[in-house]
This record gives sequence, structure tokens and C-alpha cells, in this order.
Amino acid sequence: MANERVVVVGGGLAGLAAAMRLAEAGVSVDLISMVPVKRSHSVCAQGGINSVNTATRELGDNEWLHFDDTVYGGAFLQHQPPVKEMCDWGPRIIDLMDRLGVAFNRTHEGNRDQRRFGGTLFKRTAFAGATTGQQLLYALDEQCRRWEVEGLIRKYEYWEFLGPMLDENGVCRGIVAQDMFRMDIKAFPADAVVMANGGCGLIYGRSTMSLICTGGAAGRCFKAGVKYGNGEFIQVHPTAVPGTDKLRLMSESARGEGGRVWVPRKPQDDRDPTSIPESERYYFLEERYPKYGNLVPRDIATREIFDICVNQKLSVEADRLCVYLDLTHLPGTTHKKLEGILEIYEKFQATDPRVKPMKIFPAVHYSMGGLWCDFEKNEQTGGLVQGSPRNQHSNVPGMFIVGEADYQYHGANRLGANSLLSCIFSGMVVAPSIKNYIETLRTHATDLPTSMFDQEQAKHKAHCDALIAMDGDENPYQIHNELGDTMTRNVTVVRYNKQIEETLSKIDELSDRYKRIRLADKGNWTNQNLSFARALDDMLILARVIAKGAMLRDECRGAHYKPDFDIASPDADDEATLKQQATKWCAEFQESNDKWLKSTICEYSPDSDHKFSYEEVDTSLIPPRPRTYGLKGAEIIEDVWKERQNNGKANADVAAETVASA
Amino acid sequence: MSRKINVAIKRQYDQSSGSQWEKFSVDYEPGMNMTTVLQRIAAQPVTSEGKDSTPVAYDACCLEEVCGACSMLINGKVRQACSALVDNLLEDKPDQITLEPMSKFPVVRDLVVDRSFMYNALKKVRAWVPVDGYFDRGAGPKMSPHEQEDMYPLTTCMTCGCCVEACPQINERSNFIGPQAISQGVLFNEHPVGKFEEDERMEALAGAGGIADCGNAQNCVKVCPKNIPLTRSIAKAGKMATKHAFKRFFGS
Repeated sequence: MANERVVVVGGGLAGLAAAMRLAEAGVSVDLISMVPVKRSHSVCAQGGINSVNTATRELGDNEWLHFDDTVYGGAFLQHQPPVKEMCDWGPRIIDLMDRLGVAFNRTHEGNRDQRRFGGTLFKRTAFAGATTGQQLLYALDEQCRRWEVEGLIRKYEYWEFLGPMLDENGVCRGIVAQDMFRMDIKAFPADAVVMANGGCGLIYGRSTMSLICTGGAAGRCFKAGVKYGNGEFIQVHPTAVPGTDKLRLMSESARGEGGRVWVPRKPQDDRDPTSIPESERYYFLEERYPKYGNLVPRDIATREIFDICVNQKLSVEADRLCVYLDLTHLPGTTHKKLEGILEIYEKFQATDPRVKPMKIFPAVHYSMGGLWCDFEKNEQTGGLVQGSPRNQHSNVPGMFIVGEADYQYHGANRLGANSLLSCIFSGMVVAPSIKNYIETLRTHATDLPTSMFDQEQAKHKAHCDALIAMDGDENPYQIHNELGDTMTRNVTVVRYNKQIEETLSKIDELSDRYKRIRLADKGNWTNQNLSFARALDDMLILARVIAKGAMLRDECRGAHYKPDFDIASPDADDEATLKQQATKWCAEFQESNDKWLKSTICEYSPDSDHKFSYEEVDTSLIPPRPRTYGLKGAEIIEDVWKERQNNGKANADVAAETVASA
Repeated sequence: MSRKINVAIKRQYDQSSGSQWEKFSVDYEPGMNMTTVLQRIAAQPVTSEGKDSTPVAYDACCLEEVCGACSMLINGKVRQACSALVDNLLEDKPDQITLEPMSKFPVVRDLVVDRSFMYNALKKVRAWVPVDGYFDRGAGPKMSPHEQEDMYPLTTCMTCGCCVEACPQINERSNFIGPQAISQGVLFNEHPVGKFEEDERMEALAGAGGIADCGNAQNCVKVCPKNIPLTRSIAKAGKMATKHAFKRFFGS
């Protein structure tokens, strides 16, 4: 079919992967990005990308185990077929990136080297120094530039997405965007739209995310009717370095390469850390989780660091919460592999992490939740039906969601080095689905009357003018600060309903004050004030989706932790009571799963009373199980759970026999 | 009273207007960098004289020196604003910090410049691996750890523009493609599959605006925030150009 045109919004890994594969399939692409695509937030990914590989296979690893680690890590909150498909594609994706010229680190023989990451016992993570995201992004950027020269991709950099264009049947027919320099507003008609707009960390003020990760585009899609899934699942990365403008990530690869997290046993011991003897150091992750050690999944590591600092009062410093991340014992060759992040620490903290342990604390890092999208399960393989128009397709026909912007792959907690995989995978897999979707269309964007596009442009122009004219007494930057404070305080690592309620009232107050903001820049040329103020509205909307979702979910799952609804761990000294407690624990766990193992789905309402509902999760391939990660003292839970499963299976067999013989 | 930092910023409203300096005073915060200073000005755009102004337009994104967005002249030196720590700047020059847009690119507004010239140069040197397609065709070529170590620094180029700014050969009268594009050309000429397009790449690298325009001032390598061995790349490109010229002269 001639003149197929697709708009891709966002030029990070997912958007570029989608654009490149669409171009390969002969589809013309308009690529819209707020920044030159090389500056997308994917550059901040450091440690690596996961897949099964020859070296792990030798140790018994396979795609199924990667899949199992991913859903176990995500507390079983993700639909399993897309995750299985992603893990199956892993090795092929790394091969492709290798062919595209990514400078992966090498073994002596010239093969790709791998390191270990959190939430797995295998070394699955291929890496390029400690700047893997940057390297992967550049490889895709280069391929897209090649297609640009071929004429199949047109790039619109420094263009901001304002909203989708829906026809009278609710079908997406393109988007409207604004040139951030000249401020022109333009309609981009298209047969399908791919949203690859990334995460929304700026809702929390400072996070590990880039300045563009406002959630602005996601908010605009949500307002246009795209459902939002699992908003309350926000990953807080265990190791970051606080700064005045952002919290800088210290990659999990630091621990993957042997870095150790500790605090002095004596609270606020003011000796030079390198002079504190081993016996006076508390390696709390290693002591509590002997099996995974420093490489427990992120939600657990973050909670443990929080507990050490807040409850145990063992923070390294008295007036600031932090723990040591120690790489000083590692050899120079390992430091070399981590150079990218060690330089960041050295530059911003003026301390050499090769000789002094780093001081780190958790920071908001990734949104597991996001815009809702669909999939079609292949009943034979358990994975996806290749090319099904349902894959990555949102509830708005013609709008597809990929990358961090979607809610699909990471459940309640993402494993480190799985994000680069999910971004590239979802971008790759969406292209044939879109191609097939376009074939089902009876009318194409080019057939539609231009009056429809003119109207959309006019609508957005009017909105921009109104925003620029706002001349109240409130400062949008102040509102953003207050939003970040309340969200970080109440909707991150440890959550209480009373505090979340306070945050919801605060969001009400801020939304009200937003109506009285004043833009300091009234001009119509490169007005960054306008862009920020517009995104603030979206941040307020999504903050409500996140906070309300967190309030409604009365359980503990992955990154969402509410002590008031935690199941008490077995702690009795005598075995009989311990077993009783574990039995009770397993029963409560099952009960909680029956009630809460569901995706939160939120639908926009203009009066801010957004509709919340819960969607069954497809756990057809791996049944959910308690997530202990070999915690010391939790072995009894594992034992009782196994017994329970065996009994359950035996009971089911008896029942089946009874039915058969009847 | 809290300690203030004085910042003078060279401002320009749009592409056709002239520039003028404007001064701001910002509350000092321990550990702050220049992007924080710009964020504080955006939030309270009031000049040192107490006059209402507009937020200063600037480019910034990752804030950890991997995206390349926030290049500007800080105290006259080209660098990333995010890694420019105020404490260090004040040590050198306690009275005032100056910010200016890079001078080798068209100013869009204030500190924002248009660097599309650099992306176009990447097109000219065909900075990509010419793969057959994106389907499963097995692993990439093997590579020794040594080769990877040579290649890796070149792949960290953020297209930030510092080398272009520092290069005396880049000016209104020249069409020199600049150190970054040469280095990227070399990167792909040395890649086991990239080198299949070496001849096409050399058309740009050895042609007008190519390697012959380098004046060997070696400023580029001094300002590169990623310490990319740009002069080594330039030397290699020179050799490649000689080889290419021979090949063209005698036929391959």
C-alpha cells in the first residue's frame, strides 16, 4: 500500500527501534522529539542489557529462567505472554545491537562479556562500559539517520507533542505538535501513532530522570482517553547520589562487578571509612540475603537501605541519610569497566570512588506503570502472536504504546538491565503489528478532509494562547517543587494511607493554584516557560493517578509497600509455632493475591474523579509464589508453600479422578 | 542574609536581534552546578537590579554529562553546564560567573543554539554500520578486547559541540565538517563491517570540507568533555585520505 505514514513520538530506544523497523518495512515515519534524539533519556541507562547467552546456558540458564526471574522480580503483576516473548527475543536483540556496532565489552576470545545484575543468579547482562544505554541509543540513532538519508524517516527535533487527533469514531489519525523554537503548531496526519514518550519522574521533583521526563505526553494521551495502568508502581533505585538539580544514578553494575553496600555498626562512626575494620562494618544486604547478597532486586535493596537509615538509625551521616557503596577493594580492571559512572561520581562529588566508598541513597528512577496496551497470546508458544494488530495497541484505535511509556513488562518491580531490553523489544515488535493494523483501515489519513486537521491545530493554538496569557499570582516552578516534595515524602518507598490522603489533598490544592499561575515569558519565540507550565498540568494529573492508585491498593507488592498491610513474617523460636505462623502467612499471601493480583486501570475524567478498575493478570505460564529471595529466616515460608502446592495438586488430582470415574 | 552568586548572561531574544548582557543574583546552595543556577533563574527571573525579566532559555537534559545538551561558554570556556560546579567556578573567579551561547552555531535564543550542522555532518560521513536488515542474522563480528577499548571512547561522542566551538578552522567562511564528524567517520571505517563503505565515507572525509581543512590546532581534544582522542582520529583520517587518494589515482 502506498503512502502509509506513521508518527512516532519520542526518540529514545523504543521510538528509534520502532521507527527503524517501520522504515525497513517501507513505511514513512515522522519522528517527533522534544530534544535531538541523541539526547533522549535512554543515554542515562548505564549498566547493561539482559539476555540469556552462551556462557549462562553452560550453567543451565535458558529463556524460561530469564522469564521466570522477570515475573518473580515483578511480583507477578505483569501479563506473562509479552514478557515471555521479550525474554525469547533477548539473544536476538543483543546480536542485532552487536551487528549495529555497539562497542560491547569483550572476552579474550572476542566474544561479548557479561556481568551480573540484580534479581538473578546468572551473568546475563551484556554491557558497553558503564554507558550501555548511550551506546545502544547511538546505534539506533545511526540507523535512523541512514533512513533519514534514504527519505523514509523525517525527523522533527525540538518539536513537542500536544495531543493525538481522533476522528468522529474515536480512531487516532495523527497528532498535533509544536515547534519549540518557532512555536508553530502543526497537525501530523498519520495512519497510526506510536507513543514512545518515556517515564514521568519529574512528578517527584528530583529523580534520576532527565529534565524531559515530565510525563507530559503521557498525560495528554490519558486526557484523550488512553487508559493508564499500574501508575502507583514507581521504581525507587537503591543507589543514587543526591544533587541540587537531580539525583544521579550509580548503576547496579557497581554491585554486579562486586561493589558492597555497608554501614558502620557504630551509628555515625566518624572514622575514615577505609580505616573501619571488617568486623565493625555491617554488610546488611549480604547478611540478610546470603543467596543474592548485594544483588537482591531493587525494591528490596531500597527498602533495606531505607530501614537501615530511618528505623535502625545507622545512616553514615547524622544530618543526611546515606549508606556506603564500596568499590575500593576492586581491581583496576574492574574500575575501568565502570569508568563511566565513577567519573560521574568524581565530577559531581569531588571524591574518587576508587579510593573512598561512595555515599548513596535511593531515588525515584523508573515508572513500571504507564499507558495501557494490549497483546495477543500465541496459545502454542505462550508468547505473542507475531504481527497481531493487538500487540502494544492502546484502547484508542491507532495509538500504540512502547518503551517505558507502556505498563506492560515489569509488573510491580523492574529488574535491572531489563528496561533496555523491553524498550528495544517493544519498539521492534510493534512495527509488523502496525503494518497489519494499517491494512485493516478503510480510510487513510490522507483521505481525510484537511478541515479536521485545521480544527485540531486551531484548538491547540487557542490553548497555547490562553496559557501564555495567564497572569495570576502563582509561580509554576513553586507548584512543581511542592508537588515533588509531597510525592517524594508520601508516595515512594514506604506508604501510609493517611499520608497519601494528605498528598491527594495537596494535589487538589496545587491543581487549584495552577489555575492562577503566571507565565513570566509572554513571548512567542522559544518559550520554555510555556512548555514547562503545560507539562505541569499533566504532572498534576498523573500525580493523582499515581497517588490514588497507591491509596486504593491495600497490600504490599514489589515497589508498592504499605506496612499496615504487610503480612507478619514468621519469627517464633519453636518449630511448631513457626510452622503454624508460616502456614498462616501462606494463607494470607494467597488471599492477598486473590484480591490484589490485578493491574490497576485508570480512566480519565474531566472532573478529576478518574475511574479506577482492576484487570485480571495473565499468569497462565508461571503460577505466582512467595517472593523471599532466600531471606534468612524465610526458608519456612518456601517449605510450607511447596507443601501447599503439592497438596493442592494432589487434591486437584483426586478431584480430577473423581470426575473421571463418575 | 544568604550568600549570593552573581551571574552575567549574554542574552539574545531571537535569531535577528542583537545581544546584551543581563545580570542575576542567585542564592548559593552547597554543591550546586550551573544548570541549577539556570533553573533558579527560570523560577524567579528577576535581574540583580530587581527588574522583572524573562527566564533565560537554555538547553539541558540528562544533567550528568552523557547527553551533550548543555554546552555553553562558562567564564569564556566551552563546557557542559551540568558538570560546571559553582564552587570551582567561584574559586577561579569569585566576583561573577559569565554565561554565553556557543559562538560557532546560530543562536536560537539566549543560550540555545542550533547544532543541526553537526547532525548533517554525520550524514555526510555516513556514520553507521550498513547492515542488511534487522532480522535475526546471528551475532556481530568478533572483536578483541583491545579493539573494543580503541573503539569505545569514540562511541561516547555526544555531539555536544565543544570541539566545533574550539576549532579555529570552523567559521563563516569554511565548510569544514569538524572534529566530531571526522572521528565518527574513522570509527565506522575501522569497524569490521562499517569499513565496507569506507570509499563512500572517504568522499566526505577526503573531499571539500574534510580532513584537509584541519589546521592541527589541537584545541578540540583539550575541550572534549569525554576525553575522546580526537587528534588521534584526525591523524588516522589523514592516513585514510592518503590511501584513498592513491586508490583513486591508481585504481584499486
